[in-house]
Amino acid sequence: MLYREAGQFKVSYAQDQQIFPIRQDRIAVLALVAIAFIVVPVVGNQYWLSAIFIPFLIFSLAALGLNILTGYAGQLSLGTAAFMAVGAFASYNFMLRVPGMPILLAFIGGGTVAALVGILFGLPSLRIRGFYLVVATLAAQFFILWFLTKVGWITNYSSSGVITAQQIVILGYAFTSPASKYLLVLSIVTVMALAAKNMARGNVGRSWMAVRDMDVAAEVVGIRLMRAKLLAFAVSSFYCGVAGALIAYAYLGTVEPEAFSLDLSFRILFMVIIGGVGTVLGSFLGAAFVTLVPVLLSVTVRFLDSSLDLHIAESVISNLELMVFGGLIIFFLIVEPHGLARLWQIAKEKLRLWPFPH
Amino acid sequence: MSFFFEVLIGGLLSGVMYSLVALGFVLIYKASGVFNFAQGAMVFFAALTYVGLLEHGFSAWLAIPATLLVMILLGLVTERVVLRPLVNQPQITLFMATIGLTFFIEGLAQIVWGANVRGLELGLQDEPIQWLTDNTGMNVSKFDLVAAGVAAILVTMLALFFSRTRIGRALRAVADDHQAALAVGIPLQQIWAIVWGVAGAVALVAGLLWGARNGVQFALTFVALKALPVLILGGFDSIPGAIVGGLIIGASEKLAEVYLGPFVGGGIEGWFSYVFALLFLLVRPEGLFGEKHIDRV
Repeated sequence: MLYREAGQFKVSYAQDQQIFPIRQDRIAVLALVAIAFIVVPVVGNQYWLSAIFIPFLIFSLAALGLNILTGYAGQLSLGTAAFMAVGAFASYNFMLRVPGMPILLAFIGGGTVAALVGILFGLPSLRIRGFYLVVATLAAQFFILWFLTKVGWITNYSSSGVITAQQIVILGYAFTSPASKYLLVLSIVTVMALAAKNMARGNVGRSWMAVRDMDVAAEVVGIRLMRAKLLAFAVSSFYCGVAGALIAYAYLGTVEPEAFSLDLSFRILFMVIIGGVGTVLGSFLGAAFVTLVPVLLSVTVRFLDSSLDLHIAESVISNLELMVFGGLIIFFLIVEPHGLARLWQIAKEKLRLWPFPH
Repeated sequence: MSFFFEVLIGGLLSGVMYSLVALGFVLIYKASGVFNFAQGAMVFFAALTYVGLLEHGFSAWLAIPATLLVMILLGLVTERVVLRPLVNQPQITLFMATIGLTFFIEGLAQIVWGANVRGLELGLQDEPIQWLTDNTGMNVSKFDLVAAGVAAILVTMLALFFSRTRIGRALRAVADDHQAALAVGIPLQQIWAIVWGVAGAVALVAGLLWGARNGVQFALTFVALKALPVLILGGFDSIPGAIVGGLIIGASEKLAEVYLGPFVGGGIEGWFSYVFALLFLLVRPEGLFGEKHIDRV
């Protein structure tokens, strides 16, 4: 009844090609963005903003980056966290060594350095794919983290290995409160998500999808494989690099290799798979799932523990969370292997037909 | 020169330990095309179960069959609950499911048996063999030699199992072509159940040896990651490949650490095997013994 596109006629090419062709979608997305920009910073308290919303947005960005590589271009990667680390450390060095460097430019620089490293480690993808490529990207993960800890110049010869990130100052305004950091992260993520959406439905995205679906056929119709694949690695790593810089500057406040372990790579891969491979929406849904479920689980378990007076040991609780998380992943993969984005797609179809079953 | 050989032999023997883990991967990949990331967690679970049973007053000879039973059961349940509903899904989905399984098993193992680090005593000392040290001046660990022996026995048994028994032949048929195997009347699901059971048993052997060497602790699950370059080198679907790959990785890693490490600040053991495998891939994408029909780009 509410969700109908009946009566919405497309009378120009611009209308035909807009991102959200259905008016209700446009309204919903605008409302969502408005809520994110206005309501959340006002309503959200410090804990929610800095422990839930900021990491959620940053991980969404990283998941978006991996989704470009894995979902659109079909190249499996487990080196995401390493590319994020490159972005974080490169931004730190830009800020440290270039006097008067604007921080946004440092983020872009960090992303660019990550993109270059991504291209380097994407080179094997020209010859191998599938699980073999996974191991190649694992090499990136281990090698880059080792490199970052071993080369003193990168960490500015810090003895502890943990560096305090510089303050975020844009045009003389210092972003110190969680709400201001949240807004900064949100703006960056919004712009980059929009860019990703447009890339995905444009020429570049189509060539990636062609490569993903069948690379020989893609080559036959005139897509340059090498360019498409390396571009996917570069763009993906750029997104991851910016996400890494944001983690260091807006979330943790420190630049340290330990924050970018293999575990993070896995978590981001989870976000992509659970959210939906090859969808922009899926990256956000997946990031929400992976960041929120552990929080919800721990709240639920603790609530049950105190209300039923079970006195479960702390270590058991954390392991229980691990088990439930693993179980949920398997459950979701069995129920909907195409991810949460597909569930949303199905729900939309149902809504359009409602109240009729077919 | 004798130092070189000492490093080489130490590397080869530690490579055998990698092979043991890689074997579990190969078994499952061969039969069902699933890249089972949970193999490391299974190794951890096996070691923890064995130690836990010992703590509950089981004797060693009772604990081993009991753990074996648990591992086979775990494999069967996994096949039934996780993989059967996911038949025909893309490989990446199956891979992700096994990562979920990894979390589940790790959580389960630590809830049931506790999370503290424990030692595992097999009655073998990790000390150099006196006779060899006296005669050649090389230090070769007794423990490593036994581990190599166990691996050799295991591989021989698996090779015989694959080539001589009815089930083994059925397994190879399934690996070649699921549909053709089904068409000639091979019960696919039974075969998969058996493979997961056998992989559980291999995980037990690896878990006992790794546990005895490094202590039974959470870090055991990372052993699975070390098995990946071994698989790349040997090919995902070759049992001899897993062994040879393990030997090459073990030896090259130790040699690199000793001879290259000092130039770049050490600690290269963590990534050397991956980069080595990566370079190897560029030359031979199908691995040493892998079947040729992998996707070429």
